[in-house]
Order: sequence, then structure tokens, then C-alpha cells
Amino acid sequence: MEGIIGKKLGQTRIFNENGENIQVTVIEAGPCYITQVKTKKVDGYSSIQIGYKEEKDNRLNKPKLGHLKKAGKSLKILREFLILDEKKYKTGDKITVEIFDLGNKVNVTGTSKGKGFQGVMRRHGFHGGQATHGQSDRLRAPGSIGASSDPSRVWKGMKMPGHTGDEKVTIKNLDIVKIDKKENLLFVKGAVPGAKNCILKVIKAKV
Amino acid sequence: MDKVYNATKDYLRKDLPDFRAGDSLTVTIKITEGEKTRAQEFKGICIARKGSGLNSTFMVRKISHGIGVERIFPVHSPKIISIIKNSSGNVKRSKLYYIRKLKGKKATKVKELKQR
Repeated sequence: MEGIIGKKLGQTRIFNENGENIQVTVIEAGPCYITQVKTKKVDGYSSIQIGYKEEKDNRLNKPKLGHLKKAGKSLKILREFLILDEKKYKTGDKITVEIFDLGNKVNVTGTSKGKGFQGVMRRHGFHGGQATHGQSDRLRAPGSIGASSDPSRVWKGMKMPGHTGDEKVTIKNLDIVKIDKKENLLFVKGAVPGAKNCILKVIKAKV
Repeated sequence: MDKVYNATKDYLRKDLPDFRAGDSLTVTIKITEGEKTRAQEFKGICIARKGSGLNSTFMVRKISHGIGVERIFPVHSPKIISIIKNSSGNVKRSKLYYIRKLKGKKATKVKELKQR
């Protein structure tokens, strides 16, 4: 479950060697530094905590600075990645886009764009009501939400209108089309969650 | 977007001529059929240019056997072998969608720009 933290820069297109058009998302990934190695012995599970985006010391609070002392870097964003082999990693190690190869598949996790309070058609993909046959005000209505005197209430988890978006979303098995090692850029085929400049977790997909 | 532009600017093509909506163009494109590749010409009026940078496209319309045909090409596609500008049109808008409604000779031609 090797991975890296990145920032979504935007979408564009590139052309492959056959001249075909591929739509890509550009992610500025890393450089990241390992800030803590969690071991099975001490923490009960094995993972690495890595940090991204170097920041001035006075922009971070003191507990965070104390935690980051071992890594020797002042980093703004910390994320945890599960690992298999604890011995491979050491606090302070640098992680760059070089952990990925062309043709690798990755899972990208981010926070989706907030859509506000939305109805059931947008939020859950309901079909809405009929437009004709004497209907009025039913075009985007949810329809029945349950039975009558038995159970006399609405079941928990009923799909209803509400706040949509701004939640954790993972897109799986995206192809890596291009890697720019000099500028720390990953070109991933397709779209990833979130707005421009949002923080993303990019993890190697299980093959 | 600057970083995205810098990372993809190698894909931008500089060998193509400057053209705009109203110009009559001959676009030569590479076509792959199985293992063979051949060149195909598409001749018509450029009726729209859209987008910017690598994402820009242009639309070419022609009348083929009495039926209007439109194709959209990415400007920087490596599949485009050449774009030849046959003439410049004297048009007053950037998108010539009105041409779809015209019939007969008018549908295939726009007023030519006089050379000064």
C-alpha cells in the first residue's frame, strides 16, 4: 500500500505515441517525508505517516513541531499509509513520484466538491415523477417513503434530500500515463475527486 | 494552471498556420486501418475554434453529396499532418453556426476577405 500525498493541479489532455488523445489529471505529488513509522509491536498495526508541503516553523503549532522533530522537516499535511514491511522504512526518508512506474495503476482518494443541499434526483439518482397524466408538482419528487400504520414511521437510512458532496471519495485503478520526475508531477488518466489545489492521497492499486 | 501548461507545452504544435472561423481549410489527417496508415483530406470551412492551449479544437464543415458533414479536430493532435489555408473569410462572428441553416451555394461559401 505504498503511496504519496499530492495536490490536484487540473485537467488537460496529452497525446500518446499513436496520436490518440488521452484526458489526464495532473497531480503534483510530493516530495514527502516519513514522519513516523508505526509498528505492530508498539502501535498494534504497521503503517507509515508521511508529511507533505514544507512550511515555515511559525505557521505550525508547537505540538506538531515537536512531533515532526524526528523527521527534521516542518510539514503541513500529514497522512497515514498502511504498509506490509516495517523494516523498509525509516523516519525522515524522502518519498517522491519515483515509487511509481509508467503503466502502474493507482487509487486516488480525495474530498469531493461540495454540492450543497440537493434533492433526491441529484443526490441518489432517483427518476422523479411523471410530467403528464394529470400530475402537478411531482417532477422531482421522491415518491413514497414508506408504508402506513405499520410501521408508522420512516425506516432508518431512507434516501432523502440533504447535503451532497464534500465527502471522502476514492477512484480506483487509474492508469499512470506520464511521470515528470523533475517537477514531481503525476499524469493520471481520467478524473479524480475534488477541486483544483485539493489534497489527494495516491496509493498503488493492488494488482 | 501554469504548472500544467509548463508540463504539457512540449505537446503544443507550432508548425501549423494561423487560422480562424470563416477560413476555408484543407486538413490532412493520418488514418490507421489495421496496420496500414494513409492520409485523408478534409476540405471545408472552419466554423468554430474553441478552447485554449492544448485543449483547443476547431470545427470544419463541408457539404458532401448534399449532406452537411462536420468534424472537430484537436488543434495540437499529432494525427494532423498538415493544415492548408485556402482562403480567409470575411466574417463578423467567431462561431458560424448560422451556416447550418443556409441552403445551396450560400451553405458552402462565406465572403472572402479582400487582400489589402
